[in-house]
Amino acid sequence: MKVTLERTDLLKSLTHVHRVVERRNTIPILSNVLLRADGGQLLLKATDLDLEISEKVAALVEQPGATTVPAHMIYDIVRKLPEGAQVALETSSDNATLEIRAGRSRFALQMLPETDFPDITAGEFTHRFTLASRDLRSLIDATQFAISTEETRYYLNGIYMHSVASDGGDRLRAVATDGHRLARAEIPAPNGSVGMPGIIVPRKTVGEIQKLLEAPDAEAAIEISETKIRIMTGDVILTSKLIDGTFPDYGRVIPQNNDKEMLVERDEFKAAVDRVSTISSERGRAVKLAISEGRMILTVVNPDSGSATEELAIDYDSDPLEIGFNSRYLLEITGQLRGDTACFRLADAGAPTLIQDKGVEDALYVLMPMRV
Amino acid sequence: MSGAAPVGGRTAGGTMAARAGTALCRDCLSRAPAAVRGTSLRCRACGSPRVLSHPELDNLSIAHIDCDAFYASVEKRDNPELVDRPLIVGGGTRGVVSTCCYIARIKGVRSAMPMFKARELCPDAVVIKPDMAKYARVGRDIRERMRALTPLVEPLSIDEAFLDLTGTERLHHASPAESLARFARSIEEEVGVTVSVGLAPNKFLAKIASDLDKPRGFSVIGAAEAVSFLAEQPIGLIWGVGKVFQQKLAADGLTTIGQLQKMEAVDLARRYGAMGLRLASLAHGRDDRPVSATRETKSVSSETTFDTDISDVARLRAILRRLSEEVSTRLKAADLAGRTVTLKLKTPDFRIITRSRSLADPTQLADRIFRTGEDLLKAAVEGRRFRLIGIGVSELTDGTRADPEDLVDPAAGQRARAERAIDALRSKFGKQAVELGLTKAGDPRRQRDR
Repeated sequence: MKVTLERTDLLKSLTHVHRVVERRNTIPILSNVLLRADGGQLLLKATDLDLEISEKVAALVEQPGATTVPAHMIYDIVRKLPEGAQVALETSSDNATLEIRAGRSRFALQMLPETDFPDITAGEFTHRFTLASRDLRSLIDATQFAISTEETRYYLNGIYMHSVASDGGDRLRAVATDGHRLARAEIPAPNGSVGMPGIIVPRKTVGEIQKLLEAPDAEAAIEISETKIRIMTGDVILTSKLIDGTFPDYGRVIPQNNDKEMLVERDEFKAAVDRVSTISSERGRAVKLAISEGRMILTVVNPDSGSATEELAIDYDSDPLEIGFNSRYLLEITGQLRGDTACFRLADAGAPTLIQDKGVEDALYVLMPMRV
Repeated sequence: MSGAAPVGGRTAGGTMAARAGTALCRDCLSRAPAAVRGTSLRCRACGSPRVLSHPELDNLSIAHIDCDAFYASVEKRDNPELVDRPLIVGGGTRGVVSTCCYIARIKGVRSAMPMFKARELCPDAVVIKPDMAKYARVGRDIRERMRALTPLVEPLSIDEAFLDLTGTERLHHASPAESLARFARSIEEEVGVTVSVGLAPNKFLAKIASDLDKPRGFSVIGAAEAVSFLAEQPIGLIWGVGKVFQQKLAADGLTTIGQLQKMEAVDLARRYGAMGLRLASLAHGRDDRPVSATRETKSVSSETTFDTDISDVARLRAILRRLSEEVSTRLKAADLAGRTVTLKLKTPDFRIITRSRSLADPTQLADRIFRTGEDLLKAAVEGRRFRLIGIGVSELTDGTRADPEDLVDPAAGQRARAERAIDALRSKFGKQAVELGLTKAGDPRRQRDR
């Protein structure tokens, strides 16, 4: 194999694919990135057996061929090469090393044979649709923070995507929860997504998809089967296994009869929560909201360091209520709200609370209170 | 430096000149200057040889108190027939020696030794299964008595503790040394077991001192002699220097504390990091850690060694459930909760396997501890046999944040409420009042009943 290409192009592709490769690998070939030069293009591919990313980049192919080299190492090398450099990749005559040349730099990386490189067999995809990067990003951004990291409930370690029929037409919906909070976002269902199986996209895959969706106006094509998802955007193809499990019936979790409505300026509220939570040292310390007609008092008490209080004007005319929340969760949720006014629907101090943008139904959040 | 050795009640009496006001008889508590008789000191008041004499005797106030062969002593106390027989307290035919009396120690039996080996060394030994509830009771009694001496009692285990007696002279009308001698005597007379006392300027030296004169000992290491005493001691004596670190130091040519004393703290820190700095201070007998009455619990765990190796997962599960309940009971009693659950298994060739998992929230529920442990067990068994199983939780926090209600798993909340109901029943009618069927699973006795 002998191929020459722009450092910028190579770096961009390596940036996309190398992240898939785990730093510590027991199987040597999984540390490597596959390079295949053919027909004016260089294909790069990396996998962790659950997730695979490949990308094609334009290159001057003098001699077609393929090999694999350590992904993080070649990424670091190319990253450190000077901007604007031309990078030449050439396999040695004894097929043991890949030579990387740029300017006066010269590297020789040990190779592993291309034939050892595993392929995720994609199988048949049953549903195909395209949507704007922006829309897919909005689904991910709104829900990603609520994904659980708990190994025991592996079926919560991802975003649940499915289509639902509602009064306003079919919707594509994303849901994530860790048992403390739940995030649900939706967009009008793109053609082809209606009737798709409910799928759980793993956390790592979600993170990679998010990073690939750089240009908001670009199109992303999605293919889905019972066990796999494939996303194509630009020159990148991401293929991932899905979490094999049943997502809980989240509909039960979303409160329907919370009759106490509270409206608060989102930015003011967020800043106030951030300020008072400075006092709490450990993660997950509760902030207490004392809500009464027209005003809310936020309090954090940390027996080790002291206390903090702040008062806010709110729109509220139900019975007074004291309720505690994890301050980090409050910040994460208010960080996802888009409008100026946040709407809280409350029942009592022990019941899940619904949080939404005022008048916008596309995204909703459910938060479990804490004992205070 | 006078070259004076640390004074043990028995070990070093002859080398010390008796000075007025620095002697103390551990039997009659007389402060009369000791009489020199031959090579040993005798109390002028009662004639006892158990006389303490040390220039700093009344100026030291940090003590380490350690019960002598605690479990064995308690058993001998309760069964006088055992008094002059070698006694081993440990788990049945299998398992290990928990404690052995000093007669058994003469034959080479040691704590933590596998029981079969102990029996080989000492075939005529009486072996008693540990009665932890009893030892805990006696241990608590002794600890209460320590707390009567000073509020600053830092328990290290069921039968040993650090005590800071600084400022208690006015209260007890006695120096710390006198209070401690009186304490040791009262434990012997009123509780019926013996203790060894180490008195020194700090915790590090006190712990070393209590070991010098065991059993029924009382040793003093003063500030003045600390450096010269430590110089000749092996590095392994330093608390926190284990086998591996000792080997590493030995590989660097360091075997005695004296060698460390000659080195710069900076060099030691450069070579061994934070531990190096600690070594530099401790080698000179410097230790400024306070005696803290509120030592934090780091983990709560429970384990059991089987009579015969078990491979049957149903039986392992049943035992795991019982152990989870024990851990949970202790967490609830202390109002603690832990975020990490660790399963421990030991194979017949004594290999220890541990598997941990972090939970989203701290727990104190037997149900959650067991379910997590069960998951880990399923993955770890691989059809093997085991001689031990244990489970524990760590990353502890206070109980108020334990087991919050869960949005998507209402069944967990129901199980938590069921467990609290069981706890309430048990506290009223005893532990056997309610038991889970699965704790009986695979129990051979039960199968015979059917």
